[in-house]
Amino acid sequence: MTDSHAGYVLGLADDALISAQRMGWWISRAPQLEEDVALANIGLDQLGQARTLLAHAGALEGDGRSEDDLAYLRDERDFRNVKLVERPQTDFAVTMARLLVFATWQAELYAALAGSTDATLAGVAGKAVKEVAYHVDHARQWVLRLGDGTDESHRRMQAAVDAEWPFVEELFRPVDPALVAAGVAADPTVLRAAVLRRVGQVLDEATLSVPDVAPAVAGGRDGLHTEHLGFLLAEMQHLTRSHPEASW
Amino acid sequence: MVGVYGNDFTAPDETAPRPATGDEPETFRALLEGEGRVEPRDDLPDAYRRTLVRQIAQHAHSEIIGMQPEGNWISRAPSLRRKAILMAKVQDEAGHGLYLYAAAETLGVDRADLLDQLHSGRQKYSSIFNYPTLTWADVGAIGWLVDGAAIVNQVPLCRCSYGPYARAMIRVCKEESFHQRQGFEILHTLSHGTPAQKAMAQDAVDRYWWPSLMMFGPPDDDSPNSAQSMAWGIKRFSNDDLRQRFVDMTVPQAEALGLTLPDPEIRWNDERGHYDFGEVDFTELFEVIKGNGPCNAERMAHRVRAHEDGAWVREAANAYADKQAARAGADVA
Ligand SMILES: [Fe+2]
Ligand SMILES: [Fe+2]
Repeated sequence: MTDSHAGYVLGLADDALISAQRMGWWISRAPQLEEDVALANIGLDQLGQARTLLAHAGALEGDGRSEDDLAYLRDERDFRNVKLVERPQTDFAVTMARLLVFATWQAELYAALAGSTDATLAGVAGKAVKEVAYHVDHARQWVLRLGDGTDESHRRMQAAVDAEWPFVEELFRPVDPALVAAGVAADPTVLRAAVLRRVGQVLDEATLSVPDVAPAVAGGRDGLHTEHLGFLLAEMQHLTRSHPEASW
Repeated sequence: MVGVYGNDFTAPDETAPRPATGDEPETFRALLEGEGRVEPRDDLPDAYRRTLVRQIAQHAHSEIIGMQPEGNWISRAPSLRRKAILMAKVQDEAGHGLYLYAAAETLGVDRADLLDQLHSGRQKYSSIFNYPTLTWADVGAIGWLVDGAAIVNQVPLCRCSYGPYARAMIRVCKEESFHQRQGFEILHTLSHGTPAQKAMAQDAVDRYWWPSLMMFGPPDDDSPNSAQSMAWGIKRFSNDDLRQRFVDMTVPQAEALGLTLPDPEIRWNDERGHYDFGEVDFTELFEVIKGNGPCNAERMAHRVRAHEDGAWVREAANAYADKQAARAGADVA
């Protein structure tokens, strides 16, 4: 067990946690009631994954930090999530574009990690694979409806894909080769090909085009985030930090 | 008007449509007398149908507006476990809305029209949701008191004469009792926590106690339509009876929590076999019903904004479905 092992798990945990936090915003704000239910479901799945992964990262780290210590008591620079998930998503098309990319990536990732030599990670991944298959399908259905719906929805869906696309590449940044060699981590280059192919197929079917844009500067895995993350954490952590002696 | 989530929808100076009596089909009267269930295919008197639509719609609206005060704390829940429980709870409320709109649709109306009536203020929702959730403890107080009061109101509706409504209520009540227990547990943890947590819990109970009692609606003398609803098997107990039942259930729970209820007149009355309690100040309820509560404007604005912001999405879904149908048609041809 190495720092990079704990760091790898922490990155995946933070991706799920921050994504769940953004998803929670939609509950009571969705375009229709069925969607309030669906987005809550997806957020709950992500939150569940985050909790197990955080607990596991805490155990690997060996300093006795719990899931809540890691979620509530770390500062912005210590979060390891990709920037894709941390920016606001108050536009439904943006939410679906991001979910399509993120869930497809998680689907490929968890499928690979189900065979990880880290048995805990393999267990989490094995369970999550079924959850994210539903997320991918849900996002796909909406990308199709919006891409191939009205002129307005087509325009908005394409704009959303364009806005998210620079943040896609960060998902495939190299991880510690020793972790891949030890069978702990999944190889990002393998994931990249599969994810881009699957997402490309959906965009194509939705009459949308794959944007030709330069990737944004990566850095989330090193704790270099957008300015949005600080506000998200301020809101999420405030109550817990105001009562350091309390348990809830 | 008889409401449900609470019975509190109409102030005395507002006119609810008075159901006309008489002219009830023989089969309908026979069903009611035999305590049978009325089903959508049965011959229903118009007034019965209108009363039910109004009641079920207001109940459904209450479920979805009720998502807001607690949804307000999803992003700030103080542990990941509490966050998960809260997200699931607010999701349940959306589900309750779905069951109830579906029950209303069996009476020949549609959800989109009912939502329009909510958005334009022609139909109401329970006034309890016009109070703000100012602290985390309010999430506990809502679960314990508001879901608790809702259960007392709704359990008798599981035997309501209208089948689809009764069946929806059975599912809803099961989930509400989880919510009530979760709320109790939040408050229990707070009241056994730090002094600041305990104070937070007491403050929340102080603020939510009287509004919860108002959920049962005006005193029986002021509730002109109750008799008709009782005769129709829509309502089984009077507002005051249900309020008493709630007080009797809640006082011992407050003791178990180690919290006090903000009513010095609460004491056990051996003769009545019930707790006595102070007089509810309904002038406040009527102000809230008229739109002057602390959050009426925010709750409506939030709901209308979500609906309007989602219009392009719903239009796209319809356009896509039409295209798909046309393609399927072309394939067949
Ligand atoms: Fe409910
Ligand atoms: Fe509830």
